Order: sequence, then structure tokens, then C-alpha cells
Amino acid sequence: MTDQTVKVSSKLEPSSEQQVASEQQASSETLVQIRGLYKKFNISGDFLDQLKFKGGKIVREQEFVHAINGVNLDIQKGEALCVVGESGCGKSTVARTVMGLITPTAGTISYRGERIDDLNDKQLLPYRKKMQMIFQNPYASLNPRMTIGQTLEEPVRLHNPDWSAQQVRDKVHEVMFSVGIDPSWGERFAHEFSGGQRQRISIARALAVDPEFIVADEPISALDVSIQAQVLNLLMDAQEKRNLTYLFITHDLAVVEHFGTRVAVMYLGTLCELATTKTLFAKPRHPYTQALMSAIPRLEDDRPPHIKLQGEVPTPVNLPSGCVFHGRCPYANERCKQEIPQLITTEEGGQVACHGVEEGRL
Amino acid sequence: MTMSIQNKPTPVAPEKAPNAWQRFKETHVWHSFLKDRVAQLSFTIFMGYVLMALFAPMIAPFDPYDATQMDIMNSELPPSWNEDEGDPQFWLGTDAQGRDLWSTILYGTRISLTIGICAVLLQATIGIIIGLIAGYRGGRVDSILMRFADVQLSFSTMMVAIVVLAIFQASFGTALYQDLAMIMLVLVIGIAEWPQYARTIRASVLAEKRKEYVDAARVMGLGQIRIMFRHILPNTLSPILVISTVQVANAIISEASLSFLGLGMPVSQPSLGSLISSGFEYIFSGAWWITVIPGLVLIVLVLVMNLLGDWLRDVLNPKLYKG
Repeated sequence: MTDQTVKVSSKLEPSSEQQVASEQQASSETLVQIRGLYKKFNISGDFLDQLKFKGGKIVREQEFVHAINGVNLDIQKGEALCVVGESGCGKSTVARTVMGLITPTAGTISYRGERIDDLNDKQLLPYRKKMQMIFQNPYASLNPRMTIGQTLEEPVRLHNPDWSAQQVRDKVHEVMFSVGIDPSWGERFAHEFSGGQRQRISIARALAVDPEFIVADEPISALDVSIQAQVLNLLMDAQEKRNLTYLFITHDLAVVEHFGTRVAVMYLGTLCELATTKTLFAKPRHPYTQALMSAIPRLEDDRPPHIKLQGEVPTPVNLPSGCVFHGRCPYANERCKQEIPQLITTEEGGQVACHGVEEGRL
Repeated sequence: MTMSIQNKPTPVAPEKAPNAWQRFKETHVWHSFLKDRVAQLSFTIFMGYVLMALFAPMIAPFDPYDATQMDIMNSELPPSWNEDEGDPQFWLGTDAQGRDLWSTILYGTRISLTIGICAVLLQATIGIIIGLIAGYRGGRVDSILMRFADVQLSFSTMMVAIVVLAIFQASFGTALYQDLAMIMLVLVIGIAEWPQYARTIRASVLAEKRKEYVDAARVMGLGQIRIMFRHILPNTLSPILVISTVQVANAIISEASLSFLGLGMPVSQPSLGSLISSGFEYIFSGAWWITVIPGLVLIVLVLVMNLLGDWLRDVLNPKLYKG
């Protein structure tokens, strides 16, 4: 590790430091930029539920789930950025915040340099055409009372108000054909299709407005394994043909290896490691990533032993001090308990948030 | 995971999509209707009532609103199966003013059903709009609207109706009241019962809006109103259907009670309730039929509607089993 690549992170503001890191990286075109993203959900109910009687006084107490705690992420044009992590680590919240389904507590989201997180519905409309989302559950993401023809026509009509009925129908037939659904099935309802077919229809709905950026929130985890490969290939075909950029949320590392250009590993609402897929799979740096990688089932005999992490994931209601991973990390020291690690660039070109890596002890 | 599987699905010969009626014949509702004798009987009787109401002017031998067809000499004739005193012209007998009871019941059913259905349409419109907004917007809007509903529910329908109708009658006079009685009844019953709808709709909207198709519609950029009415509302139709049947029955009962209290339809245009009330004075002089026959007609109507509502609820909500 050289001095140039390692940044001393302790005293600097996270945002200013992150900007330096991002400028280095922004050689290719950045499509979506996430800066200092925080999201907390209030779980203490309404005003009357928040009042507690304590020590002879009535006090108002609020509790929050800290779903995202300061995430900085750049999505480059044309890549498939995979976000991995265990359940409840905030991957889906990141995806939904990027799409504007959730408003962030703090931080900004920019699309091609323009801030989009503070826009209202009307101002967002042009961005909706460029950013689309594919959902996890194909059984819930299609309206059961609409035929799939209606489902697919709706976005096309909305975003191309001056098109004739024939143009709309042609567009719908084109996307249905491109995802392998017979256009003559348009008058059928979603419940008449299988899970894989429904997910193809969801993909067709996202593609119908010709987006350039697609957020896919675990699009294959609800599907049968044999169908997963088909849908994944469909997504990769679409990426090639339509020049798409993906933010791909998943917890399946085999999929990441096959699909992702870069990987972001999340733990408890923070980013622990960000690297190209090759680098991350060849040489994971963060102790959490290492444990995650060792959990992939492999056929080889000489695989390294499975790293067993001790304890449970801490609750996101009371975040641990310092590094969120320190309670389960086998290498944690006193500094890890005190100080929140910032992302630093490693010699392999990836970024990792770990004091151990920074100090050179890992 | 093998990635060599072909991307295109196996081609299947495109079948023609079934039309709405073919789809309906495949539904759970139709199958359980075919099996349920009570539902079939209730539905037949209810359709009988609807036909009676629709074609009352053609079926009725007399026009009960036409004073020239009434003869005071025919008053209080018993049903025609009573051979001593009955007149074969009036098979259910006549009321105190000499009107044919059968014709009056036909017209009365028509009025009762019209008021019931119109009042429920009004309830449903107000309730659905408020329930949708409260459920979809949530937060403060939800709290305010639902507190309104609570306030409205804390007054009983009958009390509100009696107060409003009595004040109206006292301040505008009986003549105007008789002209506007039907509209007033629809308004009062309709407005007094909207919270039933608003609460039911709100509950289903809260469940529906968490589903991903709503998020998908938002990501698409659809407006809130379109999402509420075009995406969420069609998915809350089953509870609306269930409460509607029960609410029509309730509205008919409310109307009959108000008419019985003298605050409903005037005697010149009797509904079932005012007919029951008008015969009440004669019940001890032996003219039981003026009260009992319209009473039976009303009870059967309300009973079949409740049975239909119960059956619909069981069919559309499979999680709810009878104990």
C-alpha cells in the first residue's frame, strides 16, 4: 500500500473526502451519484404513543430504524452495479430511495449531475422515463385487475402522449416480443401466467419507456432456479441491445459473479467494500466481505474454510458505535469501536471501509 | 447455476383469451353459487323483487297514486281468499282509503328499493372517495378524515335522520316536505352512513398500497389520483360489494322506520314502511292485512339481501370461515 492511494480518514468530513475519491474515479461517465445518503424510519408510532412517563415527568421519546447510514455510490454508464448484503442491510432501501419511492433523511441523489431527490412528482416525470425499476415479487408487482396489455400500454401512453393508438400498440408488441412473451397474450390477466412469465412482463413494463437506467430489486430471488437463469440472461441481453445501466440488488453471490461489473457490499446500512467483480471475488479485503465470500457453496476440495462470524447482526435501532461491524469482526481493536471508518482506495483499485486495511494489518 | 438455457420460452400455440362471461364462469363466485342453495333461492327472490319494482306499473291492476281509481266504499276489504267479505278484484284486500293493497305494495317496493339503492350509491361515493384519500395519503390527512368518521359514527343514523327530517318538516311545511321526501330520505340516509364505507375502503387501501404494483405505478410516474382510482380501487371491489348488499338492506330498514315514524314517504306515495304505519291504526279493528302483508314483504326483502351479503362475504373472503 502506498501513501498516495491510502487516505487518512479519521479527521476529515466524510463528504469532502468522498468527493476526492469520486473525482479520481469519474473517468467514465457517471449516471447516478449518491452522496451522503441517510434514511431513518420512525417506528415510535403517533404523537400520543411517543409520550412516556419517566421519573415523574412526561417526555417525548422517538425511536428510529437507521436503514441507511451515509452511503456514497457512483453508478457509471453502461455498468451493472450489484449491491449485496444480508437481509435488512438496507440494499432495497437504497434502491427505493434512488427511484424516489422513499425520500431520504439526508443526502443527495443526482442523475447526470442534476439533483433529483428533492423534485416533486411532476418535475420527476422526465426522469421516470429514463429510470425504471423491476421488482422482487412478480406475483405482487402486476395489477391483478388489469390485463397485461393494459399494464404495458399505460407507461407508453403516459410518457408519449402524442402517440397514436397504433404506435402505442406497436411499441407494446415490440417489448413483449423482446422479452419472449407472445404479443397475442395481451388480453390475459397476470394470474394466468407463471412466475417467470410474470417477471418477463415486469421487465417488459420497465423497458416499454426505453429507459437508460434500471434498478432491479432482487428480480430473480422469487423465481425457480431454472427460471432464474433465463430471466438473468434476458436482463443481460437487454443490457447489450439497449445499452442499459443496472443497479442490481441481490443476495445471490453466484449471480453477482455472472452478472455484475462492480459490486458494492453493504452491512447494516453502510457500504463496506466497493470493487470490480473480478477484484472482489479474487481478493476480498473487508473482513465482512471475506466471510461473505467464504459462505458461497463451492465444489472444489481446496476451498478455504468457512469463516464463521460470531453473534447476531446488531439491531439498526441502536447502531453500534464506530465501525458497525466491530462486534462481529475477529480483527476489531479499540479504534474500530470508537471511530467510523471511511472508504479508502486499495492498491487493487477497489474501495474499502476498514481501519484494519488502512493500518495495513489486514 | 447453468447459464446455457435458451432465452426464448418454448413456443405455445396462442389460444384465444376468454371473454368476460367465460372468465366469470371459471370464477370461485360462480362455482360456489352453483353449489349454494340458499344463495340461489335468495338471488331468485331478490331478482323477483327487482322485477316487481321495475315493472310495477305493468303488473299492478290499479294505480295507487290515482285518486280517481280509489273508492272509499272499498276500504278495508280483506284479502280475496276470505270468501265472506273479500272482493276478487283485490286479492290482497284494500287499505283504509280503498286502495288495492297488491298494487300499493308493488309501488311501495319500488320506492323502498329506489331509496335504498340511491342512498347506498351516495354513501358509497362519499365513503369511497374519503376512504381512498385517507388510506392512500396516510398521516395527518388520514387522522383528520377518520376522526370525522368517528364523530359521524358516534351519532346513530336514526337520531341524525329524525332530527334533520323533523327540522326540515317544521321549517318548510308538510307540503314541500311531501314533494321532496324521497330526495331528503336519500340524502339523510346516504350522508349518515358514509363512515361504514370509508373505514372498509381505508382498511383495504392500507393493505393494497404496500403491494409492489402500486410502487410500480409510482415509478412509472402516474399521478396520485390515477393510482388511487385506476389501480387501487378495482382491487378493493370485493369488500365494497359485500357491504353494499348489507347496506342496501339497512337503508331500506332505515327508510321504513322513518316512514313508520311519520318522517318518511307521505301516505299519498306510500313506501313499504309508510304502508305498515298506515295500517297500524286499524290492526285492532281486525284489518290486520294492511300492516302484516307489507311487513312480510319487507322482512323477506331484507332477509334475502342479508343472506346474499353473508354468502358474498364468505365467498370473497376465504380467510373467514364460519365457526
